[in-house]
Amino acid sequence: MTATAEPEIGKARRRKEDARLITGATRWTDNMQLTGMLHMALLRSPVAHGRITSIDVTGAVRMPGVLMVLTGQDVAAEQGSLPCVWPITEDMLAPPAPSLAVDRVNFAGEAVALVVARSAAEAHDALSAIDVDYEDLPVVLDMARAVEDGADLVHPDLGTNKSATWVLDSAEAGTGSDVDQAIADAEVLVERTFRQQRLIPAFMEPRSVVVDPSPDSVTMWSSTQVPHILRWMLSAVLGIPEQRIRVVAPDVGGGFGGKLQVTPEEVLTMLVARRIGKPVKWTETRTESMLSGHHGRDQLQRLTLAARRDGTVTGLKVDLLADMGAYLRLIAPGVPILGAFMFNGIYKFPAYRFTCTNVFTNKTPTDAYRGAGRPEATFGIERMMDELAAELGVDPLDLRRRNWIRHEEFPFDTVAGLTYDSGHYEAATDRATELFGYDALRAEQAERRANGDPVQLGIGISTYTEMCGWAPSRVLGALRYAAGGWETAAIRMLPTGKVELVTGTSPHGQGHETAWSQIVADRLGVPFEDVEVLHGDTRISHRGLDSYGSRSLAVGGTAVVLAADKVLAKARTVAAHLMEVGEDDVEFTNGAFSVRGTATTTTLGEVVTAANAAHNLPDGVEPGLDAEATFDPENLSFPHGTHLCAAEVDTQTGQVKIRSYVCVDDVGKVVNPVIVEGQVHGGLAQGIAQALYEEAVHDESGTLTTATLADYLVPSAVDLPHFTTDRTETPASTNPLGVKGVGEAGTIASTPAVVNAVVDAVRHMGVSDIEMPCTPMRVWKAIHRGTTSGVPTTPGAGGGLGSIDERGGAE
Amino acid sequence: MRITVSVDGVDYSDEVEPRTLLVHYLRERLGKTGTVVGCDTSNCGACTVHLDGHSVKSCAVLAVQANGREVTTVEGLARDGRLHPVQEAFHQNHALQCGFCTPGMIMQAIDLLADNPDPDEDQVRHGLEGNLCRCTGYQNIVNAVRDAARRMSPGAGPDAERVDEAALVDRTPMRTGGGE
Repeated sequence: MTATAEPEIGKARRRKEDARLITGATRWTDNMQLTGMLHMALLRSPVAHGRITSIDVTGAVRMPGVLMVLTGQDVAAEQGSLPCVWPITEDMLAPPAPSLAVDRVNFAGEAVALVVARSAAEAHDALSAIDVDYEDLPVVLDMARAVEDGADLVHPDLGTNKSATWVLDSAEAGTGSDVDQAIADAEVLVERTFRQQRLIPAFMEPRSVVVDPSPDSVTMWSSTQVPHILRWMLSAVLGIPEQRIRVVAPDVGGGFGGKLQVTPEEVLTMLVARRIGKPVKWTETRTESMLSGHHGRDQLQRLTLAARRDGTVTGLKVDLLADMGAYLRLIAPGVPILGAFMFNGIYKFPAYRFTCTNVFTNKTPTDAYRGAGRPEATFGIERMMDELAAELGVDPLDLRRRNWIRHEEFPFDTVAGLTYDSGHYEAATDRATELFGYDALRAEQAERRANGDPVQLGIGISTYTEMCGWAPSRVLGALRYAAGGWETAAIRMLPTGKVELVTGTSPHGQGHETAWSQIVADRLGVPFEDVEVLHGDTRISHRGLDSYGSRSLAVGGTAVVLAADKVLAKARTVAAHLMEVGEDDVEFTNGAFSVRGTATTTTLGEVVTAANAAHNLPDGVEPGLDAEATFDPENLSFPHGTHLCAAEVDTQTGQVKIRSYVCVDDVGKVVNPVIVEGQVHGGLAQGIAQALYEEAVHDESGTLTTATLADYLVPSAVDLPHFTTDRTETPASTNPLGVKGVGEAGTIASTPAVVNAVVDAVRHMGVSDIEMPCTPMRVWKAIHRGTTSGVPTTPGAGGGLGSIDERGGAE
Repeated sequence: MRITVSVDGVDYSDEVEPRTLLVHYLRERLGKTGTVVGCDTSNCGACTVHLDGHSVKSCAVLAVQANGREVTTVEGLARDGRLHPVQEAFHQNHALQCGFCTPGMIMQAIDLLADNPDPDEDQVRHGLEGNLCRCTGYQNIVNAVRDAARRMSPGAGPDAERVDEAALVDRTPMRTGGGE
């Protein structure tokens, strides 16, 4: 057995996953072809709010190759209601959420009929032969108007567009003092309203589902992040006994929260495959994906920050409206609530109140998108700190230093009720300002301002923290979240000494096969290549809570450590027995057991062989060395860092160019630095995209006008800068690896850094806010109107190819 | 309509509907599922393949337009069990995460390097502008393409793919060897 000279943990391993991905040997769900497989296509409502007065399918039924056409009425008794597992308050209003609309449609893109045909083309052809008549109902689009008295209602039966209101008050919770008093006593008050525009996750692989029914059991392959949760929920929604459902997430092409869902399409594919008794596939088009896959963000934030003249913050009041869209999806109500714990950021606010009202509109439902609630909160507080610095005329970095938690103050109990276990904001900031050349850029900025340079320079700061690794389970229970926060790993020690590691996490680009192999190799001293990581199939990985919320390493990776430790504990007993010594005399290093002070050794491989043969085991010891462990952390993990953005703003055109972007993140100990850096890069890209490019736009009738990648501006290589990244390393104290989550950090941190830079570039021209995305037109208007509140511009398509709005100009 | 097309060095002759897109022909008829569909509007580039040695978005080409021509997909790049230098560079530079854009990105990168064997960062970014990636933020993809350029430079190793424009123009429309 090879001794691992260099520790596996921390090694810049290239990924195991790549071999199939770079050669096209991938197993995407849409690649699957089963004998006799049929294809489903969905007809979607062009109307955002309406009563279905008639559906005529007679033409479609007669089309060649068509086996079945169904409307909502045909499945009403069977389809149940799509699940929402996070009723944030006892009195939360949750309307029934059909997979196929029965008599009303509540957003444009909602499915109203389906066709099953021999080929996908024939199924799509038949859609055009279905006639649907709608009676228009008033369309509710604007959140602020939706919560006013007498507003038109999305769901008239509910009597209101408010789903729930959730409050966290530090005085009531005993975590701080009264915010109203702090505001009354404030020497300085900063009040701002920010809009978190609606985003679309836009994973590259469109969603796809294949269902293979049999009388005994049914298998679903789905492009999902959450095979275990999906299986549980399919059983709950459709009443199929859970043990008869197998869910497989094969290769999954990105998710970013967008595939953390139990979708109408999954339910419908299951339903029709069981009805017909044949395998059925559904694969979405990109436009379907953008219309029907859940959206993210979409909040209106009213923020009040109280401070003393010396810059010390004294209180923060947060009032949110959060757009749920037409229905409550899987965890949607809780997404904005996650922000409740993050608006205070890294600062020592003595008083805090967070109030969020979830609102129904006639739009695509929202739910988790990379960061889920924390990017919104981080944006709010980091923008407010810059606004306070401007108000006081101090450097925004100095203001942050005055208010942040110092490294010697950890663990720190926050005003929002969390305990941050570890962090070193000073170290990350010092490193970032050094890499950035902060002072030199400030000097250049002053010079450009003095010269009246048409291209102004702005510096944006974001000193963020975030919470991830969603746990512990009892706290999730207290927040009324239906699932737990634990994760499971199982290690199978095969007779040849090779290892199968089964994980309950469900990677879709994160590289768990590589990172988990490194952890196993490190713990057991086996070669990296000898470890096979198995995941994403509920028949193989029978227990798990899947991948979202940057939980996989901090929770699932720790379960791997615990399972390996169980293997070793048993192996030590067997090794001592084989070497005929006491267990206390046995040492384990580099994959071999030795007897202290002697030359007697036996390798782990030999112990595995002996344990599997079971010819000579101690009394009471079961054959084999397999072990399983489940980890439920005692706390979340709190990565943090300092992001600095230098943006050049052309004051004549409004064009923003990111000149440099530096981030120093602290994600604790690192298993694989290459993978970590990749996660940071991708996170930055999505956060920067929110700041500058992306927005889901609806016209006044509720039609999504950004339903293609020509109109919804996912950035290309040309649109993004070179990133300078570095790390500091403050180990988490709440897991044995010392790791913190990294998947969402870049997205959470970068949006305010960019917007702060853009505003900073033109603040001297009278600008104190620019709504996202900061398109050239919005920036130009802000400069030329000079405004102290958000520039009231009509949302427009992101400015991609062909995105011309009704006034003939790209916004 | 009957077409004859060479894909990754193998000749196929098939009856196709005139409306069939090349990408659907590759995936559904030939089982070449390494090439994927990411959008409906030719914006994402995930379906990029080579048609007679030049990159095309195979969702914007009809199968009948490939009649008598040579198609190379990501599945046809490795030779004798050895990865193409661009594939190797993508692996070494961690230029992929979920990997869905990767086949198209690799095919576009090869085309870019055929036109410009030593691109700077800006040239790589512009050369890949028609291919979207949602995972990587592109930096490692840019690094990979420039690394591949070094691997493919004269004397750097085994023969890499090169497009001979003159040979292409004059060639008869049937394959004579594996790929272009």
